Amino acid sequence: MKGFATPPGREARRALMLAALLTAGFLLPAVFADLLAPFDPSAVDLSGGLQPPDASHLLGRDQQGADILSRLIHGAQISLFVGFWTVTVSTLLGVAVGLLAGYAGGWVEQLLMRLVDVLLAFPGLLLAIALVAMLGAGKTNVVIALSALGWTGFARLVRGQVLAVKNLDYVQAAEGLGANHLRIMGRHILPNIMAPVLVQSSFAIAGAILSEASLSFLGLGVAVGEPSWGAMLSEGRYVLFEAPFVSIFPGTAIMLVVLGFNLLGDAVADWLDPKRRVS
Amino acid sequence: MTFFFQRVLWTLPILFGVLTLVFFLIHMIPGDPVDMMLGEQALAVDRAELRAALGLDRPIAHQYVSYLGRTLSGDLGTSLHRRTPVGALIAERLPATVELMLGAILVSLLTGMPLGLLAAIHYGKWPDKVASLFAVLGVAMPNFWLGPLLILAFSIHLDWLPVNERGTLAHLVLPAITLGTAMAALLSRMTRMSMVEVLGEDYIRTARSKGLRARTVVLVHALRNALIPVITVIGLQIGVLLSGAIITESIFDWPGLGSLLLEAIKSRDYPLVQGCILVIAMGYVGVNLITDLAYGWIDPRIRRS
Repeated sequence: MKGFATPPGREARRALMLAALLTAGFLLPAVFADLLAPFDPSAVDLSGGLQPPDASHLLGRDQQGADILSRLIHGAQISLFVGFWTVTVSTLLGVAVGLLAGYAGGWVEQLLMRLVDVLLAFPGLLLAIALVAMLGAGKTNVVIALSALGWTGFARLVRGQVLAVKNLDYVQAAEGLGANHLRIMGRHILPNIMAPVLVQSSFAIAGAILSEASLSFLGLGVAVGEPSWGAMLSEGRYVLFEAPFVSIFPGTAIMLVVLGFNLLGDAVADWLDPKRRVS
Repeated sequence: MTFFFQRVLWTLPILFGVLTLVFFLIHMIPGDPVDMMLGEQALAVDRAELRAALGLDRPIAHQYVSYLGRTLSGDLGTSLHRRTPVGALIAERLPATVELMLGAILVSLLTGMPLGLLAAIHYGKWPDKVASLFAVLGVAMPNFWLGPLLILAFSIHLDWLPVNERGTLAHLVLPAITLGTAMAALLSRMTRMSMVEVLGEDYIRTARSKGLRARTVVLVHALRNALIPVITVIGLQIGVLLSGAIITESIFDWPGLGSLLLEAIKSRDYPLVQGCILVIAMGYVGVNLITDLAYGWIDPRIRRS
C-alpha cells in the first residue's frame, strides 16, 4: 500500500553505530575502572560534601564528599559484573534445560516446563527481591537472585527452537547414522538455534543491569557503600533540590547503557535474520 | 467450554508450586532464621518461643503440611513486629496498590495507543519518528529515575503537584505517570506494529476502494483488529507493572503492598515477607488467568488451538 513504505536501511546502520558507541562507552570504563577513576570511589570527606561539578571533580561530589565521576566509573564495573555473570549463568542453565526438555520430550519436558511456569508466576523483580531478602545483600547474591528467574526465558526460547528443528531431515539423518543423543544435541541442534539465544542475551544484559540498579535502589542490591548506580540514585533523591547532579549522572548512565544493549539486541536480530532486515 | 476449564485447571499446579517455593524461602536464610529475626543477643526463652511459634522446631515435612493447611484456609500467619495477622495487614494496603496500577494502566492507554496510532498512519514520517524515540527511551528509562525527575520538575520547581502521600487524585498523577511510562512506550510500539500490518490487509484496500473516508477505515476497520495483540501486551505487562509498583511505592512513599513488603524485609519480619510475596504472586497468576480467558473469548481461534 502506498504511503506505507519501508524505512531506509540507513537508519538501521545508524542504530547499530549508536549501539556500538553506547556499549563501548560502558565497557571501557567498566573494565579499566581502577586505571580511569581519578579518585577513590569510597573516599569520605564530609567537609567537601555536595560540591557541584568543577575542574577537579568533573561531575561534582556527593553527600560523603566522594567524587561522583569515580563512583560512576566503579559503578559501571558493578553493572558489568552483575550483567555478565547473570547472563552467563542464565544462558548456560537455560540452554541446557531447554535443550533437554525439547529433545527428550515426555515427562522430562513436562516436569521442566512446569518448573519454569512456577518461577514465571513471580512477576518481574519479585522473586529476586524475595531471594535477596533471604540470602542478604551483595553482588554474588544479586547474581544468584537474578539468575534464578533469568534462565527461564532462555529455557522457553531454546525448547521452542528445538521443537522446530528436531524433526528436520538433517537431524533425522544424524539419528539414522547412529549418532548418540549428546552428539545430536550438541553438534547438530545447538549450533542451529544459537542465533536467537545471542539476541536474547543482549536484551538480558540490559535487563540484568536494570534489575541490579532497581534492587540497589531499594537497598536490596550490592553491599552498603558500594557505588552501584541504583544506590547512587537512591541517595541522590534526598538532595534532589539542592544537588540534582548527584542523581542526574547515574540516572542518565543507566538509561544510556540499557538503551545501548537493547539497540544492540535489535541490531543483532536484524543482522542474523535477513527477513527482519529492511532494505 | 473445555478451553476455559483446562485453563483454570492448569493454574492449580502453578499455585501449588508458588506455595511450595514461598514456604522454602525462610529456609534459604543462611544460618538460623531465629537469630536473623531476633539478633544474636536475644534471650534463650524468646528464641525458643519464636521457634515454636514459627513451627521451626518441628520436622520440615510436618512444617510443610501444616503450612499448606494453614495457608489454604486463608491464614497467612502473624507479623513478628506488629503482632497482627499478616492477612489483615495486606488487606489494608492492597487498595493503594490496585489504585496505583489502575492509574498507570490508564496513563499508558491514554498516551501509548494514540501515539502508536498516529505513528502508523504517518508511517516513516516525523510523527512516526517521534513515537519511535518515545518508545525506545520509555523502555530504557528506569522508573526510579523518572520518578525523581518528575518530582523535581512538577513538584519542586513548578509546585503543581503534591508528592509523598496518598489522598486526592492529584497525589496519584506523578506515581501513575512514573509507573505507566514504560508500558505506554511498549503499547505505542505494539499499536504501531499491529496497525501497520492491518493497514496492509486486503479488506482495508476494499474498504478504501468502496470510497470510505480514511478516518472511518482507520478507526472502524483497522483499529478493531489491531487491538487484539495490544490487549495481550497489557495482560503480559501486568507482571512488570507489579514489580514496578514496588519501586514506585518506595519513591513516593505510597502506602501499598510494595512498601509493606520493603518494610517487612527491613525489619526482618519474615512471616510478613512471605505473606506479601505469596499474595503478589497469586494475584499475578489470577490476572494471567483472566487475561488468557478474555483473550480466548475475544479471539475464538485461541480456544481451538
